[in-house]
Amino acid sequence: MNWPILSTLILVPLTGCLTIIFINSADDIGKRNIKLVALYASIVNFLISTILWLNFDKLTSEFQFVERYEWLSENITYYLGVDGISIFLIILTTFLMPFCILTSWNSIRDKIKEYMIAFLVLETLMIGVFSALDLVVFYLFFEACLIPMFLIIGVWGGVRRVYATFKFFLYTLSGSVLMLIAIIYIYITTGTTDIVVLDLYVFDYSIQTWLWLAFFISFAVKIPMFPVHTWLPDAHVEAPTAGSVILAGVLLKMGGYGLLRFSIPLFPIASHLFMDFVFILSVVAIIYTSFIAIAQEDIKKLIAYSSVAHMGFVTMGIFTFTEQGIQGGIFQMISHGLISSALFLSVGVVYDRLHTREISVYGGVVRKMPIYASFFLIFTMANIGLPGTSGFVGEFLTLIGAFKLNIYVAIFATTGVILSAVYALWLYKRVFLGQIVNNNLNALEDVTRRELLILVPFIILIIFFGVYPNMIIELTTESSLNLINNYNHSIEQYQSFLITQDIQ
Amino acid sequence: MNSILFLPILPEIFLTIISMFLLILGVFNKGENAYTLVSNLSIISLLITLFFVISGMIPQGLSFGSSLISDDFSIFLKALILTASIAILIVSNIYLKDIRLLKFEYIILILISVIGMMIMVSSNDLITLYLSIELQSLPLYVLASIRNKSLKSTESGLKYFVLGALSSCILLYGLSLIYGYTGSIYYSDMAANIQVSDIGVLVGLAFALAGFAFKISAVPFHMWTPDVYEGSPTTITAFFAIAPKIAALGLIARILITGLPSLIEDWRSILILLSIFSMLLGAFSAIGQSNIKRLLAYSSISHMGFALMGIANGSIEGIRSLCLYLLIYLVMSLAIFISIIALKKENEHVEEINQLSGLSKTNPIMAIILSILLFSLAGIPPLAGFFAKFYVLYAAINAELYYLAIFGVVSSVISAFYYLRIIKIMYFDDSSITFDPISKRLKLLIYTLSAITLLFFIKPSLFLNMADIAASSLFI
Repeated sequence: MNWPILSTLILVPLTGCLTIIFINSADDIGKRNIKLVALYASIVNFLISTILWLNFDKLTSEFQFVERYEWLSENITYYLGVDGISIFLIILTTFLMPFCILTSWNSIRDKIKEYMIAFLVLETLMIGVFSALDLVVFYLFFEACLIPMFLIIGVWGGVRRVYATFKFFLYTLSGSVLMLIAIIYIYITTGTTDIVVLDLYVFDYSIQTWLWLAFFISFAVKIPMFPVHTWLPDAHVEAPTAGSVILAGVLLKMGGYGLLRFSIPLFPIASHLFMDFVFILSVVAIIYTSFIAIAQEDIKKLIAYSSVAHMGFVTMGIFTFTEQGIQGGIFQMISHGLISSALFLSVGVVYDRLHTREISVYGGVVRKMPIYASFFLIFTMANIGLPGTSGFVGEFLTLIGAFKLNIYVAIFATTGVILSAVYALWLYKRVFLGQIVNNNLNALEDVTRRELLILVPFIILIIFFGVYPNMIIELTTESSLNLINNYNHSIEQYQSFLITQDIQ
Repeated sequence: MNSILFLPILPEIFLTIISMFLLILGVFNKGENAYTLVSNLSIISLLITLFFVISGMIPQGLSFGSSLISDDFSIFLKALILTASIAILIVSNIYLKDIRLLKFEYIILILISVIGMMIMVSSNDLITLYLSIELQSLPLYVLASIRNKSLKSTESGLKYFVLGALSSCILLYGLSLIYGYTGSIYYSDMAANIQVSDIGVLVGLAFALAGFAFKISAVPFHMWTPDVYEGSPTTITAFFAIAPKIAALGLIARILITGLPSLIEDWRSILILLSIFSMLLGAFSAIGQSNIKRLLAYSSISHMGFALMGIANGSIEGIRSLCLYLLIYLVMSLAIFISIIALKKENEHVEEINQLSGLSKTNPIMAIILSILLFSLAGIPPLAGFFAKFYVLYAAINAELYYLAIFGVVSSVISAFYYLRIIKIMYFDDSSITFDPISKRLKLLIYTLSAITLLFFIKPSLFLNMADIAASSLFI
């Protein structure tokens, strides 16, 4: 198929933006039209991305749907393509976007036009991040995401939104500027920023560690890994529901994706040398943030910390360089994208009614909102990683990978699974079970049709991927195997290089 | 002497004649009438000059012996200077009416200063260099204090004059040392005669660079900038922030690269220090500012640091990045200054950043445009400011100046903070002032400039090629 489907995916939301700009937002009809245009644009984009899925050739690890146009210079081109690692992240993005718009339908009243534009621009940029095959193009999309997200948290956020959004922006920016220097360095030494070519290039062993670190800092802030995770809870608490969904569902995945796409293939030796370092950070993140999550008083903050812990499994899995570990890492990213989004959406449901997220305000919600309570239970179980949900598959695979490599890492990481049960179930108990603790709760009504429409697809997908994970895994297999083969090949070369050096 | 030799500087000659003619014309007309006439005629003649400069009809080459040179580099910078001054004259028409300062001398002074700048970028010997700098500076001293009833404006003019005179002395001293030790005032002969071991020429270089640093307000010669920027009328501030900086950087690049190429190690280390200090001080000092013009003064100091990074390489990539940086800097700063001038309430112009609060409610379009410009100044992709920084960093890393590049990105993160603060005030705070509607001419200018900033990434090669051609002419 010669149709430039990836560019279409990138441009459809932008077209939506342009349409929205020309709609008068003064009256209610205009506001409604704005929301409808945004919704249709995002749904159309999702449908287009399913074409991507249907036409995807799962038997090759080559990049597919490749597009290339001249851009900045001869060797910095507008170069797009997808493989098994990125395809689901793109689909996850387009899938989450309509829900973000739906969930903001009534809760956002102020500056609705700017809000929808910000989200659609963000969608464009996120798809760009996952499909870019050129370092500069990737950096462009990666950094540009900061602008709409800064505005989303800052304009439509909670009380401490200014603090949170500045923290978010400055943390991520300072993380990624070093990557820019590394990218320029790569361009100067190799003469290209094309990832397909760069994958074959062997960087000087001494410089690899520096380049790896420059990339890693930027991705570690984004994932976020311990100890640079502190911006995430603030950003999550203050962001509007849809902002949290995008943040947890997609933006965090950019970090994991970056590790898979750039850090490991470009700098395999450095990745190998830093493996233990990443393991330690991941395990600390899993255990430490789980403990912090237990102590939280704010529902969103609790979920935010649990996100950090779950992303710890992703980094741990990726750096085992085993088939299970890497596939588990990818799977965990998709699954966490669904589960955390679903949890944030669910929190949004009660937040819209009571305008608070303090856990102590709630109690006995199950008596007033039984359907909602049962939904939340499913998401909680998925978050814990109960077998039968997608959360289980990801954690299980990454843990197998870890067991193969380093039993201590695996043992410590497994305690994270138990801790996640502690904070998640305790949260459920405090919010849903027991007596109704205050009068406001008596006025609660169960989920509306719009909210059902938002939450049910997540339940279906979480259980479906839990029961039939092959759907995802069969598409990611070839790309992950290719990644591992290249990695092993580089390590062999490196070891023989070390031996020859010893002899000399 | 052949008459053809005058042709390369025909634009300057044309403008000189025009400015004298307009001066006489102004004297024979009265009040507002004189202003309108002179202003319109000068905009037209600047447009004609711009057309001739970029059309390529004017032959390139040396003139007046080899005192002046016209090549792609000077043509590129002249085009930038002329564009800036045309835009500023158009805006001045509206601004001066608001502050009741319709003096036609204002226009003449700008014209003379522009002639000085055009000669600056064309100068090819030390005498022309010095004279053109003076020709450019003297009208600026007057312009800074043109609001002679305002205390701040007078103060800024006086400060600028005293410090400017001092820096001229230092510069002159340095130039005479360079002349003494190389035995020539012509760049090409200087390059040929220079003895690297001569300590005298190094001292001369240091003095000359100190003088230049004053003109581009690089740290530690920046002290005058915030006060002068704050005190001058806003149009003049915009002019200060853009045109003389472009001219001075062009001049520095030419003398260092064609005149003193064998001293590259020495001037590079000076420029690196100037660059690092300017970037960091500009970034840190702007954080605490509440006056928007002072903030922009510090931001321009920081940007000059980046531009110096381009020259510091001394390579063709460096000069290319300098050209691109100046072009993008011109577009962004013009747009932001015009926006500030456009935002007024009953002839009261925005001075404090807090007056912008809640702009997103009262004037959403201007708020979006200002945020685009501020994000671009902060160097966030995909806006034009990112590409400016990208190429400067590229040149620095290419010359293996890694620590310079790291200082660059660190300072750009710090400066992101205060740009974000303005966006925060516009978007997150409650509104205070509803501004008057903006006149069509200003709107057109603002929209065009911000469209360039926003859409630069679609076809960057458009401007890159220009910068490429300009830079390569310096290395023939």
